Amino acid sequence: MSRRISNEENEQRFSVRAKRFISGEQRKYREEEEIRVPLEYVPDEEKNKKNKEDMENMLSKAYDLDENRSLRFFRHFYRIAALLCCIMLVAILLIEVSYLPPVGSANKPTNNEVTQKYIEDGLTDTGGINIVGGMILNYRAFDTFGETNVLYIATCCVMILLLVEDKPMRKLLKMDDRSFEPKSDIILQKIAMFLVPIVFMFGLYVMFNGHLGPGGGFAGGSMIGAGLILYVSAYGTKKTQRFFNEKIYTIIKVASLCIYGVLMIYFFYTGANGLDNHIPLGTPGHIFSAGLILPINILVGLEVACTMYAFYALFRRGDI
Amino acid sequence: MNLFTYILLGLLLVCAIAVSFTKKLLNSIIVFMSYSLIMSIIWILLESPDLAITEAAVGAGVTSVLFFVTLKKIHAIDEEDKDE
Repeated sequence: MSRRISNEENEQRFSVRAKRFISGEQRKYREEEEIRVPLEYVPDEEKNKKNKEDMENMLSKAYDLDENRSLRFFRHFYRIAALLCCIMLVAILLIEVSYLPPVGSANKPTNNEVTQKYIEDGLTDTGGINIVGGMILNYRAFDTFGETNVLYIATCCVMILLLVEDKPMRKLLKMDDRSFEPKSDIILQKIAMFLVPIVFMFGLYVMFNGHLGPGGGFAGGSMIGAGLILYVSAYGTKKTQRFFNEKIYTIIKVASLCIYGVLMIYFFYTGANGLDNHIPLGTPGHIFSAGLILPINILVGLEVACTMYAFYALFRRGDI
Repeated sequence: MNLFTYILLGLLLVCAIAVSFTKKLLNSIIVFMSYSLIMSIIWILLESPDLAITEAAVGAGVTSVLFFVTLKKIHAIDEEDKDE
């Protein structure tokens, strides 16, 4: 049964308030609450003067090395203590290192059944020729998923700190024009014209061949990010924003993380090792093989490329 | 090959000490960049090419660029075109 509800009641409903909160509207003040206008600040001349004199007195006495004996003592003491601490730390670490087993010795504690299992069964379990890739994205998928989340959160934090949203403020900070970028440097542009496609192609190659050869999502993605940075510094923001603006950035970043999460939920739900029944592993050595490793490599690569570029753009301009 | 590794390790030490003792911030970033580059060659010698790729792209590329941008933001690099 439905009935018409009054306007006031509608405002109190959770769904309406949630919608408002998401769209960023401000909450209406209740009628009882009043905004008090703060009293105007009147500087007290005498107090200010006294404070200033006190401050100067304090500073002149505090840093007077000839008079202040304890300060002189502590300056020497801190220097000697810092040196001693450093020497102690270096000595302790060197002694500890000397107890470690030499590189490549057979009875190292890391040479246990885990490594043996990875090397012997890696190819049949994961289907990837690159054992490292199979290990990272199959046996230790939980770690890699966490790392990708860390990247996402790091970008969010940098955006919170450095993103300047409103345009008048950006103009005030002189972030809108190319004052921080090289002014159409012809050498840089010509070299970028040759290098950027090669960098992109190599990055994509490394990304797509993560299960066949060395590399994988992180390496390929960081290469693509570096290529994007090179393109921006050569050709400027306007040309880059034609194919990579904030909207596309948000879509790629959020979508890739969400798809990755869904794949990982499936992976963990099927017991992390029972995938071979559902997703065919294919013949090892082919490009479409190794089950989930190829799509996850691509998703991680997109995430990393976005992160690299966003760090640069936010550091430089406060905008993507 | 062994000698080459020792030379690289020596250069690594020299770079690591030089980073903290250079007076100019710009120079220390460039030395740090070369440290990453030497480290990536050492990764290749240790037969882990995927780490080498990542070290070259992130350590020598992106991190140094971020350092340069930060230095420019805090006006630690002298502006080339001051008169403009």
